[in-house]
Amino acid sequence: MRRYVVPLALVVLLAVVPKLAIDVPVLFADGLNTPGTLQLLALMLVFAGVAFTYDLLFGYTGLLSFGHALYFAVGVYLAAIAMTKWHWGFWPSVFLTAALGLVLPLLVGAVSLRVGGIAFAMVTLAFAQAGSVLAFKNPGRLTGGEDGFGVDYTKLPSGLVGILNTKNLYWLALAYAVGVFLVGRGAVNSSPGHVWQAIRENELRVQVLGLRTFDFKLMSFVLASFLATIGGIVYLTLISGASPSVTTPDFTLALLVMVVIGGAGARWGAMLGGVVYTYLDHRLGDVAGSHAVSTLPSVLRTPIQQPTFILGLVFILVVYFAPGGLARLSRIGRRPLALEEIEA
Amino acid sequence: MTGLLRVENLHVRLGGSHVLQGVSFEVAEGSVTALLGRNGVGKTTTLRALLGLVPREGRVVLDGVDVSGEATHRIVRRGVGYVPEDRDVFAGLTVAENLQLAVRNGHARYADVYRLFPELEQRAAQAAGTLSGGQQQMVAIARALLNDNRILLVDEPTKGLAPLLVAEVASALERVCAQSTVLLVEQNLAVVRRVAEHVVVLDTGHVVHSGPAHALLDDRERVHALLGVS
Amino acid sequence: MSTVILLAITGFGLGAMYFLVASGLSLIYGLMGVLNFAHGAFLTVGAYATWYAETKLGGLPVVPRFLVAALVGLVAGGVFAALVELVLIRPLYSRHIEQVLVTVGLALCVSALVTAIWGTDPRFVALPSWTQRTTGVLGASIPNDRWIEIAAAACVLAGLNLFLRRTRYGLIVRAGVENRAMVTALGIDVRRAFTLVFAVGGVAAALAGVLAALYFGTVDPQRGTSLLIYAFIVVVIGGLGSIRGTAVAALAVALVQQFANFYASAGIGDLSVVLLLALVLLARPGGLTAAAAA
Repeated sequence: MRRYVVPLALVVLLAVVPKLAIDVPVLFADGLNTPGTLQLLALMLVFAGVAFTYDLLFGYTGLLSFGHALYFAVGVYLAAIAMTKWHWGFWPSVFLTAALGLVLPLLVGAVSLRVGGIAFAMVTLAFAQAGSVLAFKNPGRLTGGEDGFGVDYTKLPSGLVGILNTKNLYWLALAYAVGVFLVGRGAVNSSPGHVWQAIRENELRVQVLGLRTFDFKLMSFVLASFLATIGGIVYLTLISGASPSVTTPDFTLALLVMVVIGGAGARWGAMLGGVVYTYLDHRLGDVAGSHAVSTLPSVLRTPIQQPTFILGLVFILVVYFAPGGLARLSRIGRRPLALEEIEA
Repeated sequence: MTGLLRVENLHVRLGGSHVLQGVSFEVAEGSVTALLGRNGVGKTTTLRALLGLVPREGRVVLDGVDVSGEATHRIVRRGVGYVPEDRDVFAGLTVAENLQLAVRNGHARYADVYRLFPELEQRAAQAAGTLSGGQQQMVAIARALLNDNRILLVDEPTKGLAPLLVAEVASALERVCAQSTVLLVEQNLAVVRRVAEHVVVLDTGHVVHSGPAHALLDDRERVHALLGVS
Repeated sequence: MSTVILLAITGFGLGAMYFLVASGLSLIYGLMGVLNFAHGAFLTVGAYATWYAETKLGGLPVVPRFLVAALVGLVAGGVFAALVELVLIRPLYSRHIEQVLVTVGLALCVSALVTAIWGTDPRFVALPSWTQRTTGVLGASIPNDRWIEIAAAACVLAGLNLFLRRTRYGLIVRAGVENRAMVTALGIDVRRAFTLVFAVGGVAAALAGVLAALYFGTVDPQRGTSLLIYAFIVVVIGGLGSIRGTAVAALAVALVQQFANFYASAGIGDLSVVLLLALVLLARPGGLTAAAAA
């Protein structure tokens, strides 16, 4: 029982944030309960969840996919297209998207999982790249091409529209993050979940025990992708539009960076990574424009102005000195674990 | 007497199991020592551990020098010839290229090698992948003989070969053993009888017997108990 | 007919660039087991070094200016790649996943740095005027830069083959692609071969960057990444570690792309390539030549 006190307290604390008129200098530009900060916090929570879905694949089952962005993008685009181009209502759009979020990974996974290792990574990349090309190509003027398009906000529930309702979006994002965590942890601790982790360790041994690893891998693939699709829908409500940047390999790589920085296969590592990455990605841009930075010599100033540079650097440092991620910082100084050796 | 090769308290963990749990033995200079034991007990792992091909703990002393922490190529350059269990010849390279790769310094003993294995000279331009098992074995052994090696580590040279070839390889092995220090892993006890002077027996990760070859091999009961064969 | 010729030769030119990037990737993966995401960064470094050198050589006439700048680009690419291997990759010895991750981080850093310094907009490169004209071939007007790309790739292909078949390091690389552990068990320090392969890959990628500058007339920060994706596809289709397979696959991918994009519609070509990859992999997980090391 004691194990649940801290996480529960954390969730409660997060839930009351929109009521807290507190200023956190340096870390946030405005007070905690302002729409701007709440929006950022909500994004951090969404990506905490999506990063965890990627961790289910990579950190727990050992499947290195380069195409996870596809399922997130389906969540964003299909819901947006249904509401905006086909004029469907909100809930029908959500159900349609959720249904595709189940069927698509089932089909794609059944094909991709026939191969393993690098081949699997490349096939998943290929499928995601196909999706990306479609998004940019704008078939039937559905996807908006390079610029994407804004969602028809009249289709969204009124509680989720408008600056004053940012706190509702925040709570939605919190619910998503908590939901993904509960479902994910539940799955990981179940007996199929144990098989996933055994597969990550040594797939051959699992097969020798008579288990059809294909089925288990597919299960993990579908669950992770489905949860990512839901995340895409939540993300859509947050930013009210679809843009092709969520379909690119860069996006999947960002998820990979989140998971590794936070700690692959560690309890809340991926979520921590998602939070930290999203925060830095947004705030570093602000910091870069600040007065303090503009006084630095240009050699230092120019790299700092690109958040991706700092993130890439942090990523390299983590891989070198703390390959277990932030969640396992207590291991620093001891022999670094190869990722293959890391236990959940 | 200090051996040419001394192994002290060797531990190897592979894929979760503790394969070698403190293996210690010695190989005297000029001797031929056979490493025996049941299937899967860790004989090949021992050889690979000596070369640093698998992570290990413990001490390995070669020619009086502690090589425990050294990289594989450094250990090999000290004069170790290795004939691996599955021959591991490079299929895409020709016979000549396979041999060429093994040459470590100027004076490679091509003359000696070709005298021992004249077929290799004839098939010099042939791709090693198209050779028969026995011919590949010859390439593997030849590679180890090209240089002046202090010790040869030979892993199951007759494995998977037809009886006629086993005899051929055994003869070649005999000639090699007459002139070198050898640590030999071999399941075929007839071959062991022909060439080995000393035996070291492994079981459950430890050395359970070490002594003169004939003493053990003549004792059928002991052989059956330790190796599960007669 | 003239359209077909134009498409085919343009396809060869594009294939040349794919081959240049993919050959290094293939050798690096085949020999070292490292999936080098930073390979696009080598291309970017080569391209921008060329552009930068050009701006500094303003006094010279265009042709020597371009050639000298290109040389600078090649050297920059090779040196950068060698440094990456020595400083970032080598210390991680056999930790393959970490090595791949480090290359991902490096790719992000280089792309961001280039964007930070020179912005996201493409920069124009001064090109010899002959390359901007066309030559008539069987009724088609072929832009002359295509000939240079094809010639460059052919030279590199021949050079790589010579290197692999006639030199000691080439022998080590060929053996190492098959069985790296056995090469070390023969007393050879493969790490030098690693650095060499990275350097060679870096030069080839830089050359692709120079040629891309020729083809598009500009350098831009995104091109390394977009070419890299297709290079990955080429490497996997062609078989990791096989130069011949890479060359064939590069041509196949480029030609499919060109023809499908033209005869179907823009974007279909890219989709077809992706489909081709999925199909090949499902039929033969080892790629067309299946020369991958265990």
